[in-house]
Amino acid sequence: MSARVLLGDEAVALGALHAGITSAYAYPGTPSTEILEYILQRGGADAYGGDAPVAAWTANEKTAFEQALGVSMAGRRALVAMKHVGLNVAADPFVNSALLAISGGLVLAVADDPGMHSSQNEQDSRLLADFARVICLEPRNQQEAYEMTREAFELSERFGTPVMVRLVTRLAHSRAVVRAGEPEAQRPIAHPEDSRDWILLPANARRRWRTLLERQPAFHAFTGTTPHNELQIAPGPLGVITAGIARNYLRENVADLAEAPSHLHVGAYPIPAALVRRLVERLETVLILEDGYPYVERAVRGLIPPRVAVIGRESGHLPPDGELTPDTVREALGLPLRCSGPIAPINVPDRPPQLCAGCPHTDSFHALERALAGLPRGIVTSDIGCYTLAALPPLSAIDSCVCMGASIGMAKGASDAGVRPAVAVIGDSTFLHSGVTPLMDAVAADTDMTVIILDNEVVGMTGAQPTLLPSSRLPALLLGLGVNPDHCVVLDAHPRRTTENAARVRREIEHRGLSVVVAARVCVEAARSRKRMHKETVGTS
Amino acid sequence: MTYDIVLAGVGGQGVLSLSGIIAAAALEEGLFVKQSEVHGMAQRGGAVTAHLRLADAPIESDLVPVGRAAMILSLEPLESLRYLEMLAPDGAVVTAAAPLANVKDYPPIEELLTAIRTLPRAILVDAAGLAQAAGLAQATNMVMAGAAAPLLPIRVGTIERSVRARFGRKGAEVVERNLAAFRAGQEVARCTAKQ
Repeated sequence: MSARVLLGDEAVALGALHAGITSAYAYPGTPSTEILEYILQRGGADAYGGDAPVAAWTANEKTAFEQALGVSMAGRRALVAMKHVGLNVAADPFVNSALLAISGGLVLAVADDPGMHSSQNEQDSRLLADFARVICLEPRNQQEAYEMTREAFELSERFGTPVMVRLVTRLAHSRAVVRAGEPEAQRPIAHPEDSRDWILLPANARRRWRTLLERQPAFHAFTGTTPHNELQIAPGPLGVITAGIARNYLRENVADLAEAPSHLHVGAYPIPAALVRRLVERLETVLILEDGYPYVERAVRGLIPPRVAVIGRESGHLPPDGELTPDTVREALGLPLRCSGPIAPINVPDRPPQLCAGCPHTDSFHALERALAGLPRGIVTSDIGCYTLAALPPLSAIDSCVCMGASIGMAKGASDAGVRPAVAVIGDSTFLHSGVTPLMDAVAADTDMTVIILDNEVVGMTGAQPTLLPSSRLPALLLGLGVNPDHCVVLDAHPRRTTENAARVRREIEHRGLSVVVAARVCVEAARSRKRMHKETVGTS
Repeated sequence: MTYDIVLAGVGGQGVLSLSGIIAAAALEEGLFVKQSEVHGMAQRGGAVTAHLRLADAPIESDLVPVGRAAMILSLEPLESLRYLEMLAPDGAVVTAAAPLANVKDYPPIEELLTAIRTLPRAILVDAAGLAQAAGLAQATNMVMAGAAAPLLPIRVGTIERSVRARFGRKGAEVVERNLAAFRAGQEVARCTAKQ
């Protein structure tokens, strides 16, 4: 046993390394990024016998999942990590993978972002695990993040299905001591016994779907007996069901209650129906504490007699949105809030995030602003990344941000609807993630629109991970897609070139067809850390 | 014993490394530690906070409850006021004095510093000046670690070792300057506390 201080994300990574994974795949996305980063940095040091797994950033979450599936098909263990909205992108392979005869353990670690610290929604991945009809484990602390990830590989192999490990931001990005066990070796290659179990033709798929349905009682038997789902009956009329880290908030406050409530903690899904029924046998009220959607709350209403009041986020006893805190839980338990310190003697203005000083995106937006000056009101669709911050003053330069790659399809739609100018602004990594396919649509129709690819050579927002395609190969990709070479332009996004860049962008906007402008300059943060690393390398050689 | 700290600052100021120094020292003294951090979008020049919980028994919540923080430790004066509701009635605000005014409606600095001085327990530190005097302008967060040190349930010597461990790789001179910054901060806190 060795003890170390790890983020929840890193504990998942270490659990996977110690489970003997052969590969790990991910697309960066807050709050999940540190999972693969840890494996990239520590794979060799922490894996059994120094046998580092393959660890790779991928084009997007779907390609990540499919690569993990290939590893599993070869009988070896694979981890795939993503943020909650990334699972929408990977939903197709994820949901279908539940029908396969998984042989090498396949674990999906997904980090939800209740409170939307760094996301466009707060969807709850537990519902997607339910949708795919697979087991989901939800750790309540860093130690469980490590242990559950290891266990998830065993469960995946025991039941022949993928297993989800669900984190939330607060656990993903909180550090504590983790005690780790001994690492396991990687599995040897083992081909599927029957290839029909991996070929989802309708005839096979119907058989596999029945197999998955027939496994559900076994899943319930597991969640009804695992120590992750723990029932404690107390004499009083109140019961509490906690899920994941909500248990910590209950325990933070429980000593102040006059009598301890009955308590069911849920760390493994499907929801353990029998335990829920036993919990409520003598209760009048059951309070549900869970981060995310009222998922357990809704399920419990359908499981127990109507005489028991079920209260939680949906009933209005807790805020319906945002993350739980020890304080919202305290209030829901009927405890008075603690006295706090002084109120701020002056007004404290908000300090929203902003583009870094010297950021190349700022110069690109200045050029775009000048290019658009004097034209009728059009639409500037944008996308997911640092440049979304251009929505805020003083730039106020974009009209939309929806999901990875949406800017290009939306600009095409706006142009089809008759809006001119129609401009899409997208980062290079987001373009590679989900922008290439909508650009094909725009090329096919030669839509009157302008796509501006902000090429800073890295995945900026998540900490300057490398993009899959070096910037120098972007133009070849664009021309290969069929973008007109006369309207495929690379600009140097430097402040001294803003005037000429603006003029060129204006010309492309005025072109009655598709133009693609690549505004290129390396991310200032990435440039700085490259310089620092260079200095350290030179200094030590 | 539980000692909760809310750390505050602006993205890029080094809130997490300041928290890391204290956390490492607490662990060395055998305390339980949880450190909740902010990553991602908010780190881009926006308000950043970390919750650091130290205790002699296992810690449940990663978040500090409202009204429980023994200290708000801030690298920027405006940020020292953002999380006051987290502070316990007898809690202390320890903050660097130099403003980072990257928002339009930033209050006039004199008004801001006066507001901080009216708080029941406030230690206002010229961290930038002291770091400069220690010969390492970027060591403001080490000055602040020093300013916080006398109030923490950790021996000052342990925190010094934590500072040494963090910068050891960068050579003796860098270590010494960081320690000088740390001691300068400690001195300010000691004198302010006496008043």
